[in-house]
Amino acid sequence: MTDILMPALSPTMEEGGLAKWHVKPGDKIEPGQVIAEIETDKATMEVEAVDDGEIAEILVPEGTQGVKVNTPIARLKGDAAAPAPKPAEAPKAEAPKAAEPAKAEAPKPASAPAAAKAEGGERIFASPLARRLAAQAGLDLKAIKGSGPHGRIVKSDVDGAAKGGVAAPAGAAQPAKAGAEPRQVLSLEQMGIAPGSYDLVPLDGMRRTIARRLTDSFRDVPHFPLTIDLEIDGLLAARAKLNALLEKSGVKVSVNDFVLKASAMALKLVPEANASYTPDGIAMHHHADVAMAVAIDGGLITPIIRACETKGLAQIAKESKDLAERARSRKLKPEEFQGGTFSVSNLGMFGIKSFASIINEPQGAIMSVGVGEQRPVVKNGVLAVATVMTVTLTCDHRVVDGAIGAKFLQAFKSLLEDPVTMLA
Amino acid sequence: MADFDLIVIGSGPGGYVAAIRASQLGLKTAIVERELLGGICLNWGCIPTKALLKSGEVFEKLSHLADYGVSASEPKADLEKIVARSRGVAKQMNSGVAFLMKKHKIEVIEGAATLEKGSPAPKVVVKLKAGGERTVQAKSVVLAVGARSRPIPQIGLEADGERIWAYREALVPKSLPKSMLVVGSGAIGVEFASFYRALGCEVTVIEAIDRIVPVEDEEVSKAAQKAFERRGIKFRVGAKVTKVSKSKAGVSIDLEAGGKAETLTADVCIAAVGIVANTDQVGADKVGLELDRGHVKTGPHGETNVPGLYAIGDCAGSPWLAHKASHEGIHCVEHIAGFKSPNVHSPIAGCTYTQPQIASVGLTEKQAKDQGREPKVGRFPFRVNGKAVAAGEIEGFVKVVFDGKTGALIGAHMLGAEVTEMIQGYVTAITLEATEEDLQSTVYPHPTMSEAMHEAALDAYGRVLHL
Repeated sequence: MTDILMPALSPTMEEGGLAKWHVKPGDKIEPGQVIAEIETDKATMEVEAVDDGEIAEILVPEGTQGVKVNTPIARLKGDAAAPAPKPAEAPKAEAPKAAEPAKAEAPKPASAPAAAKAEGGERIFASPLARRLAAQAGLDLKAIKGSGPHGRIVKSDVDGAAKGGVAAPAGAAQPAKAGAEPRQVLSLEQMGIAPGSYDLVPLDGMRRTIARRLTDSFRDVPHFPLTIDLEIDGLLAARAKLNALLEKSGVKVSVNDFVLKASAMALKLVPEANASYTPDGIAMHHHADVAMAVAIDGGLITPIIRACETKGLAQIAKESKDLAERARSRKLKPEEFQGGTFSVSNLGMFGIKSFASIINEPQGAIMSVGVGEQRPVVKNGVLAVATVMTVTLTCDHRVVDGAIGAKFLQAFKSLLEDPVTMLA
Repeated sequence: MADFDLIVIGSGPGGYVAAIRASQLGLKTAIVERELLGGICLNWGCIPTKALLKSGEVFEKLSHLADYGVSASEPKADLEKIVARSRGVAKQMNSGVAFLMKKHKIEVIEGAATLEKGSPAPKVVVKLKAGGERTVQAKSVVLAVGARSRPIPQIGLEADGERIWAYREALVPKSLPKSMLVVGSGAIGVEFASFYRALGCEVTVIEAIDRIVPVEDEEVSKAAQKAFERRGIKFRVGAKVTKVSKSKAGVSIDLEAGGKAETLTADVCIAAVGIVANTDQVGADKVGLELDRGHVKTGPHGETNVPGLYAIGDCAGSPWLAHKASHEGIHCVEHIAGFKSPNVHSPIAGCTYTQPQIASVGLTEKQAKDQGREPKVGRFPFRVNGKAVAAGEIEGFVKVVFDGKTGALIGAHMLGAEVTEMIQGYVTAITLEATEEDLQSTVYPHPTMSEAMHEAALDAYGRVLHL
């Protein structure tokens, strides 16, 4: 008898929702077969069977949220590898025995979060070395899950967190003090909205993540917007030509693909804008890994075009289309949406003229792209008509000062207004 | 159909402990032993040597009685009785294991096992001691077949039971040799040297590396050699044995050291130059088991390349220590039973029961430097420790190694009386991931020799009190 455990779909994943079962008790499964879908904070991913066998029992029903990694979610009968099982007396008799002591002795996972409560007097159980390593790395012990006895945080947990990028406490430099008090939230009723006058949609993993990360970012990152207008008639003409050329290959380059390409190139021209603030120093990224915000059912996700500055428009167009499609069907792998160095968010298709996005930590800036529309412009003292698009750069002032942001936008503007320069 | 959930082959400290743990976890378990329950450790290794060494230590103390203000007339060592006591201790331990097997309902199959292809694990064919053969099938098989003394036939170093001994012969001498050569200065070599020297034998230890007990910290090697030499043991280090020849009268060993040749002669010689795994005697080739220089290649839980087959202890590689085998056995069986053990990493300490004793755990100072750990090193000698002075046990010292960046305790090295009983304090500290602050802030009882452990931790950071 084998338990199927809740898999960790990314190094930092601690829990997830069991979105869907593709199998039911009695079904025979074989390695590689998709048996379930797991919803993490960012995506829904398929779980493949590792062993073959017959599903004996589903332990965690569909739709369960917050299932901890490594929790048994289903159980396989006996082992299918064994030759034609005679009325399986032996396994039946033994298996429960084997399982019982394990249950009795294994540290209850539930005790871990309880132990790691925190400042309000309750102690976090962590080894002396783990405490020191966390302090040295500027990591918050509260954010680290302990794997030692009774959920104690040990060295390897901190090492793992340091690698896997568990969030540094809000004010990274001084973990203990800077962690802001959680805001007191009043209930809707207390704020005058009558119970029964609304439906409550439960928070899924993605909604929780959006809420947490963007609240942290908006509160803790000193951000400011810079706005600039671009004339994109040249770009539209170039795009029309390019798409005519590419028609046979079935690739269609969008305005947003030009924006991705131009922003990546501008980041290389002004590398100070392609940077992340860390307590140890400014991380100057080697590549422009440009994340593009994609609205999906129930939220948004930011898949990444890696080393975007090295890619041609046709390639970017292909990748962005593929990523967007898979984002909508929630089929992205964690590495495809984690770890960009810059983001682009485009609401032009909704007719939005300009907006300022919230920084996606640890990136140094995010660009918000508005609609391209015909507007009156004054050229050499004469009123004329041009297609104009407004973009806004939200900058993290800890890395991107006003002048740097402005230099970046200048570079971006000259690339995009005269797309031929992107060939250089 | 499987007869058992688990079959353990070999009942040494790896195998029998694994079997007990398996039984605790509800696995139907059998253990196969070709000779004596408890394996080498209990019958021909750790335990009977400790009995001999205790006799040697007691006898040696008698020659220092005056130091303590007491006297006795004509102390005598009776080799026959010393050996008989050692065998009695081994026998008692051996019966203890038999009792434990019974208590945990583990079936003991007496005979020599070989593996044959099978599913879901290899079949175990046992040539029964009582005659006949029995084939048993389990869902999992754990190989815990241990190792034996390594002969070097190319130079004539092969135990013959007369003039050339391995540990077995050395444990049951019929008479006390007048002189003895020990080839190899690892734990086994220096322990026998220590015992036979205590009884009055002229002992010379030959070591190929340029220092004795080569796995220990260099400072320990140096101080240990001095301490042994004070007791009259002679050493040849950096000496390569080129030929071992025997005659009616004794043995002679040709060696080369620093370009010079030398021939040493003695009544007997003990071969203590390492071990070979017993994997050649269990049909490893029949099931296609992957080996590395005779040792089974294993994964983190003792998994081998053969489905259902696991290996632990000496036969799965160094360090060749009983407690390492037991630990691996438990870990392996818990994995087989699907028991999730907490994430705990305990280091394996080494203990050598010479006069004085040697105990160590973790990295030596040199290893720590080589790994770029910028070690902080503290030392404290027993000669200024009150309890050691009172007990007349002032030889030796404690040395600790901390990681310079994190303050983690990463190594400890001790030479002195009963340091083998003290080292676990540091083992626990490393297991619990202690830093210098924890050791410095721990209150050590007075008067004990363990206070030196505290002082060494203080010394590493310039805070030593009694120096």
